[in-house]
Amino acid sequence: MISQLSWKIGGQQGEGVESTDRIFSTALNRLGYYLYGYRHFSSRIKGGHTNNKIRISTKPIRAISDDLDILVAFDQESIDLNVHELRSGGVIVADAKFNPVVPEGNDARLFAVPITAIAEELGASLMKNMVASGASWGLLGLPLEVFNQALEEEFGRKGPAVVEKNVEAARRGAEFVLEQAGGPLNEFQLGPADGKQKLFMIGNDAMGLGALAAGCRIMAAYPITPASEIMEYLIKRLPKFGGTVIQTEDEIAAITMAIGANYGGVRAMTASAGPGLSLKTEAIGLAGMTETPIVIVNTQRGGPSTGLPTKQEQSDLNAMIYATHGEIPKIVIAPSSIEECFYDMIEAFNLTEKYQVPVIVLTDLQLSLGKQSCEMLDYEQIVIDRGKLVNDLPPLEEHKQFKRYELTEDGISPRVIPGEKGGLHHVTGVEHDETGRPSESSVNRKNMMDKRLNKLNGLHITNAIHVDAPHEQPDLLLVGMGSTGGTIDEARTKLEAEGIKTNHITVRQIYPFPADLFAPHAERAQAIVVIENNATGQLADQIKLNVGFGEKTRRINKYDGTPFLPSELYKQSKELV
Amino acid sequence: MATFKEFRNNVKPNWCPGCGDFSIQAAIQRAAANVGLEPEQLAVVSGIGCSGRISGYINAYGFHSIHGRALPIAQGLKLANRDLTVIASGGDGDGFAIGMGHTVHAIRRNVNITYIVMDNQIYGLTKGQTSPRSAVGFKTKSTPEGAIESTLSPLEIAMASGATFVAQSFSSDLKQLTSLIEEGIKHEGFSFINVFSPCVTFNKINTYDWFKENIINLNTVENYDSSNRIMAMTKLMESGGMITGLIYQDKTRKSYENQVVGFRPEPLAKQNLQISPTDFEKLVAEFK
Ligand SMILES: Cc1ncc(C[n+]2csc(CCOP(=O)(O)OP(=O)(O)O)c2C)c(N)n1
Ligand code: SF4
Ligand SMILES: [Mg+2]
Repeated sequence: MISQLSWKIGGQQGEGVESTDRIFSTALNRLGYYLYGYRHFSSRIKGGHTNNKIRISTKPIRAISDDLDILVAFDQESIDLNVHELRSGGVIVADAKFNPVVPEGNDARLFAVPITAIAEELGASLMKNMVASGASWGLLGLPLEVFNQALEEEFGRKGPAVVEKNVEAARRGAEFVLEQAGGPLNEFQLGPADGKQKLFMIGNDAMGLGALAAGCRIMAAYPITPASEIMEYLIKRLPKFGGTVIQTEDEIAAITMAIGANYGGVRAMTASAGPGLSLKTEAIGLAGMTETPIVIVNTQRGGPSTGLPTKQEQSDLNAMIYATHGEIPKIVIAPSSIEECFYDMIEAFNLTEKYQVPVIVLTDLQLSLGKQSCEMLDYEQIVIDRGKLVNDLPPLEEHKQFKRYELTEDGISPRVIPGEKGGLHHVTGVEHDETGRPSESSVNRKNMMDKRLNKLNGLHITNAIHVDAPHEQPDLLLVGMGSTGGTIDEARTKLEAEGIKTNHITVRQIYPFPADLFAPHAERAQAIVVIENNATGQLADQIKLNVGFGEKTRRINKYDGTPFLPSELYKQSKELV
Repeated sequence: MATFKEFRNNVKPNWCPGCGDFSIQAAIQRAAANVGLEPEQLAVVSGIGCSGRISGYINAYGFHSIHGRALPIAQGLKLANRDLTVIASGGDGDGFAIGMGHTVHAIRRNVNITYIVMDNQIYGLTKGQTSPRSAVGFKTKSTPEGAIESTLSPLEIAMASGATFVAQSFSSDLKQLTSLIEEGIKHEGFSFINVFSPCVTFNKINTYDWFKENIINLNTVENYDSSNRIMAMTKLMESGGMITGLIYQDKTRKSYENQVVGFRPEPLAKQNLQISPTDFEKLVAEFK
């Protein structure tokens, strides 16, 4: 019995790669396995090689694997491009239609299954995906009932005949491959899962669900990879809760509409990626200046400009920290797991209303789109805190206005929703006095700047940093953010096995940087290694700026569009000891 | 019931004496009172420009935003609280240059708000550069040899964008302007009112007298039918856009809010944010 296995399906985009993966992995999730997915795709819709990889484990995993056990190929290109990942003795399940060949020098075992032929026999070449996932399922020797159950749910709506056909396609795929292999392959027999019920989702869905739970009722957005799933998730669910998603004419409209809705008293958000965020920056300043809440999700992708729109990168830190002209308070949070994608959205909406500052939730493509297991989400943790929102105010005297920008001890002023009789006031992006009226007085200017900029003094969000520090004096303090935490931990296991002492910090509160929490750990380390999917080391720069220790800080950067592999991090970190 | 005086505040506008914008402010205040609003039921969202300052001069909720973006903010506000009467307002540069994309799409979207453009054919606040509404040949600071680009025809664009309420007025005609704003507020859907508002400081061509000479009030046009789209378009083209009054109204199309599935009559801002454990369970179950 093994504890983990990696499976990959490759083919032309639009050919059923996605659905094969979805059905196969949904069924595995039902069995309680931990899953971690990685999508390789390009900006094309039809055509172009694409592949989905999933790692299946009996224990929690949060990283892609270095190698591969089973490769399912719809075409020869998928074999040629991915065979190098196969571990020695790995298996290729390929469509017999294209007369697959194993490249010379590779010891992979090939099972040529008439994938297309079976599908066509059953009346639809589309069912290729079913034959392929059935064959995979068969090799693992897992119970067919669970798989059929997944099919029932996927196709139930289309009637029993369709379900029946798909079940048959899967059965024939399994049957064929098992005949060739002489039964389920011994080395692929996974141990039993832990039996805990888990969810299986992408970060974007988790953020959508988190927003809904947080009470977000309006989302305004403009489609962009890899953020669109958030709007697509919400447009299907919001109507039930009275809300809606508006697809605006551009990202400027998206953020300003969301600002208008927040001003109107609804929790509202927008989501985008690099180019869209660039367009939103003026409005971020408006929200900061008018102290209007707004939650903005940035699902980072490869930049600059159009960059690598479908690839992994973490290169928007600087852009987010400094986004907008002038100086405003702002919070930038980077969830580091699928669960945090959910809980952080709730916190983001609470923070934006509590501090009346823009809150940016910064994910990366791998976290946003990589499908993975998620612990059951806890309803009890959905707590809504609307900060200093006031109502039922006493009537105003003539020509008096509500002090929307009242100077208070903590710099946060009471906020009122338009419609309140006693709450009349003016809001402007021009410097203003306590009632929101434009003012150029230098005394007022200084007071208002200080009020706004001091609101976040000493801010610590929930788990501003995650610390795993078993060593008093580690050789290396490994630092990362976003989706890289699991990979760093796997590299650590290897390093520790060789006696290299490593501590690990995941930074979640990117801005304002929680220097006080970070510093003691940095102090104790021989070297700080900051691991980032960008070229210049933007997180390392923030650490240097806010905490210091530049002389013992090292950088590991990857900016080729792909996530780190555990083996890479292990090797590169080791060289830095 | 509030009178128009209750829509006044004690802020002295910083507009030049004689600026057309004063009358537009007065017309909004009168129209608000005439349709029976209380100050707290009205929100004025404006852009940046001399005109943009208007939200600060009316005793109501006011949001003076950024250049060209009054419309998306106003739409977001209306969607958040459909009980509010929302007026968006700004200059011709604001709405037809930097914010043109929003203007066209707000018209298409048809959210139930009123948009009043204070059209002076020039950039006032930045001290006299050409605007998309400037006449060809118009000499400004940025077009010393005269404007080359053709003059934008916002009302024709509005018609082509599927507008359900298109009107034009002149700031001197307080009566017509007030009544058009009232009609606009009452219209279910997006009402677009372009108002000629002379800039006495930087535009010496499109003056009060010039407008008086050149505009045709639709009242004087026999058998004009504002429900007739083709007639509206023809009249706009014939007159080079120099007509005032209600140009076109489509009372049949529902507003955006009234077409959104699941959108309730009660303002979103007043609804409960908490989802129930049962609903949460259902949402989560989708990912099992
Ligand atoms: C993004 C941006 N660009 C430029 C400006 C400078 N600016 C302020 S108002 C304005 C044009 C004003 O013209 P208009 O909208 O016609 O208003 P008016 O002053 O004529 O009423 C410009 C260019 C700005 N505030 N913001
Ligand atoms: S510059 Fe022109 S538009 Fe601006 S206030 Fe003066 S007259 Fe009015
Ligand atoms: Mg102007």
